[in-house]
Order: sequence, then C-alpha cells, then structure tokens
Amino acid sequence: MLAINNIEVVYDRVILVLKGVSIDVREGAITTLLGANGAGKTTTLKAISGVLHSERGEVTKGTIQIGDRRIDGMRAHDVTRLGLAQVFEGRRVFEHLTTEENLIAGGHVQKDGSAVKQGIELVYTYFPRLRERRHQQSGYLSGGEQQMLAIGRALMSRPKVVLLDEPSLGLAPMLVEEIFGIVDRLVKQEKLSVLLVEQNATMALAVADHGYVMENGRIVLEGPGDKLRDNSDIKEFYLGLNEGGARKSYRDTKHYKRRKRWLS
Amino acid sequence: MSEDLDFLFALLLNGVSIGLMYSLIALGFVLVYKATDAINFAQGEFVMLAGLIVAMMLSIEGMPLAVAVAVTLAVMIGFGFGLERVVLRPLLGRPVVAVIMATIGLAAVLRGLGPVIFGSETRAVSLPIGDEPIVLGPASLPPIQVAGAIVAIVFFLVFSWFFKKSRMGVAMRAVADNQQVAQAMGINVERYFALAWAMAGVVSALGGIVWGSMLGVDVHLALVGLKVFPVVILGGLDSIGGALVGGLIIGIVESLAAGYLDPYVGGGTKDFAPYVLMILVLMIRPYGIFGKRKIERV
Repeated sequence: MLAINNIEVVYDRVILVLKGVSIDVREGAITTLLGANGAGKTTTLKAISGVLHSERGEVTKGTIQIGDRRIDGMRAHDVTRLGLAQVFEGRRVFEHLTTEENLIAGGHVQKDGSAVKQGIELVYTYFPRLRERRHQQSGYLSGGEQQMLAIGRALMSRPKVVLLDEPSLGLAPMLVEEIFGIVDRLVKQEKLSVLLVEQNATMALAVADHGYVMENGRIVLEGPGDKLRDNSDIKEFYLGLNEGGARKSYRDTKHYKRRKRWLS
Repeated sequence: MSEDLDFLFALLLNGVSIGLMYSLIALGFVLVYKATDAINFAQGEFVMLAGLIVAMMLSIEGMPLAVAVAVTLAVMIGFGFGLERVVLRPLLGRPVVAVIMATIGLAAVLRGLGPVIFGSETRAVSLPIGDEPIVLGPASLPPIQVAGAIVAIVFFLVFSWFFKKSRMGVAMRAVADNQQVAQAMGINVERYFALAWAMAGVVSALGGIVWGSMLGVDVHLALVGLKVFPVVILGGLDSIGGALVGGLIIGIVESLAAGYLDPYVGGGTKDFAPYVLMILVLMIRPYGIFGKRKIERV
C-alpha cells in the first residue's frame, strides 16, 4: 500500500538523517517502526507525509509511493488528498478549537459538508468519549482524550494509510491499552494500513503484523511481529527481558555484556 | 443635573460610534495576526491607500458611488493577495521581527508613494448620506458616524459567523493554531495566508471609505492606524470580539477624556488617554481582555 524505497533525507542541505530506508506497509495491517530516540523514526514519517519541507528537510534519494503514485517531493496538503493521514507525536491538537472544530478541520479535504458530518459520527462511534467533549476547547482535554482526538482527526480525511507517531507517549498504561485496542479495531473494520512508530516496543509488537527496527538512520532489523518478539536482540534492548524471558533486573543493566551486533 | 446626564450620554454615543469605526480597522489587523501571526504595522496605511483610491474614483465626473466602492474593494483585495505573494511569502518561517520590519517598511513606502501618485492635497469623499445630524434622544450624531458604526457592526457579524460556523473559517483558525499540523490535514496554508491578507484588504477598504469621508483623505489618514494598537492590545491581538470591545472602550475613553478632561488641561488628552489605558491593561492582562491564553500542561 505504502512503499518506501531506499530514501535518503537531508536537513538544511547538509545533515544526512536517513541513510537509505526501505519500508513496506501492507494493506489492512499494522506495520511498526521501532528504535531509540534520534534514530530517525519521526523523520521517516515526516518524509512520507511531506511536512518535511516546512522543516527545511528534503528527500534526496529513493522513492515513496502510495499504490503506484509517487509522493516524494509532494507537498503535505496534496499528499493528504491522496489518502494519507499523519497523527503527530505529542498529539498536537488545535488547542484553541473545540473537539468538534478539530474534526471539521481534519475533514478539510472532503468536498461536501455531509461527508464531514458522517466522518464526525464515525469518529464518535469509535471514540464515544469525544462525543461527550464535543464542545469543549481541546486544549483542556485530558492527554488520553487528546490522543483520541488526534487519531479521530486523522480519520476525517478518510485515509487509506495512517502514520501513527507514538500514540502511547505520556499516557497511563490503561489508556494506552484502550487506544491500541481501538486502533486495532479501526484497522480491521475500516481496512486501514497503519505505520506505527513506538518507543513502547512491547505494546507495538503485540499489535503489529510486521516490524522494522531503526538505528542511526538505517533499518537494522526486519521481520514479522512474532518473529521480532522472539528475537534475542529485541528482547534484550527493546523489551527489557533477559534470555530466559524473565524481566531483567536493573542491577544487571550496567554490566553491558551484550553488544548490538549490527553496529560493528 | 439632567444637563450633565445629557452631556454624558452625548459623549458616550459619540464614543461608541467612533469606537466601532476603530474596531473596523482593528479587525483588519486581527484577521492577519490570527491567521498568519504577522503583526501588520501598515494597517493605517492600508486605510489611507483605500481612502485615496475611493477619493480618486469619486473625483471622476459622474462616477456612481457603487462603482467607486466596488473598484476600491477589488483593488484592496488584489493588493492584499499581491502583498502576501510578493512580500510576505518569502519571509515564511523567518523570525517574527523580519515580518514586522517588512510591514514597517511597507508603511513607509505607502506613505511616500501615496502623495506621489495621488497628489498631496486633502481630498473629500462625499457619500450621499447628507450632513443633517441624526438625532438620538438628547444627543445627535453626524450621519457618517452612524453609517460607519453600522458598517462595522455588519462586518463583525459576518466575520464571527465565518470563523465559528464555516468550514473555511475553522480551517483558518486551525492554520493559526498550528501550521504544520494544518498542512497535514490537507489545508493549503499559503492560500489561507493570502485569504487573510485579502480580508484585511476588504476591511481596510471600508475603513478608508468611512474614515476618509469623515476626516478627508490625505497622508494623515494613516494616523488612524496608530489607534489600532491600543484597541487590539486591549482586546487581545487575536480576538475578533476583542477588537470590537477594545474599539468601543477606546472610543468611549477618548470621547470622555475630550469632554471632561480637556477643558481643564487645555486639550489633547483624547490622544493619549487610550495609551494610558493600554498600559494599565497590559499590567493586569498581558494577553488582552479576550486574547488566547497559552495552554500549558504540567
């Protein structure tokens, strides 16, 4: 559905951030992209959605395609029209707009008003809590509600592909579970293809069909979700488990015996 | 006693009508700030330009008023679009100061070019509304002030509807809130910037017509723009309702100062009273009466 083929991203014409990244997001499935801070996950998402331009970044090599349309180099608002939506890291709701106005703004690409109304109803069926808060200024919603709003707002353009950037950030574990549950349902019922960026690897690998691990602007590992879950490197570095599968004690972590093999 | 009350009423009425006319100009400023975060120091010059154009048009023999107004509106809309395209778009993403300097420069250019192109004599804009004062109870107002106030009220209603109820208006507020996210929602941010400047052009055109008709049109018409600052700072830089309330307060304060203080100090209080009030308000509410507060999460 969404194919990223060996892209390079350069910021300010000098800083090479992504060094040949290829990702394939399959239709109707969740693909996850894991990695530590600064690995280039968010940059990858921004390269896809086209908002990179406003940060003086550029895709200098490779291609990005939705179906068979090339979208690299396209401007963000045109990419959205082709059926791609991005949920930003840190929720980024329009704080001074009400919940419902956020959704209306999200449905900007719809041509007629009735499609927007239908979209709002659809969002409310998946996130009933937003209906209760519909006339409240979104800056004053709770973190979980804002995350729901950010996802709902992305759905308003009726996308085929959704880029989800750290939906678990700063939320209580219970809420994270609730939101991931809804995302899972959305993927199944609305036939969405999701590219999920997460630091919460446990959660991400639990829902993902396929995963990539990124480090230093490169993809270093790739595989089906369950394979990655069983990979001993992933266990050690991302899930915090030791070889036996038991939770690791913090006491052991400073004796860093294992080396990341892909770095050598 | 009742004479005092009548005097007060007359001052208030005068203040309200003048205040509404200030609000109209301030609205142009607020529209631009709200959508694009740019502080437009050339708002007064926009008004002057519009005044010059309408005066020019009306000086042509047999020119119907409707045509003159339509042409002024069209030119000012075009001016807004062009300005965004040529001057402001290259400054996108630059520090706010760059945009401020650009508008200050623009103000100087307009003030210089106006007389060069249109001549420096004071021109009259005569609207077919007569000179007979309109009597309201114990006070009366010149018809141009009544007309100006009505135009201002109509525009406020239209713009508040636009921003609250129309999808375009909501999109514009979204752009104001967060440009990058708005882009990702499929909103063409630059198009909305241009629209905001064009709307400022419309408001300036009307401001130019009513203020030009009241004061006469020459370079000094640009000075009404100075009053915009106490108005918008009082009301909040990004609030349409704030522009209205701020304008009313400034108009009333000016009128009361002129009526009650001037006889004692020999005049001139009406010119600085608004600024005193502005400073007081800034001390208590730095974001203005209706300005948006930054929402911070802790």
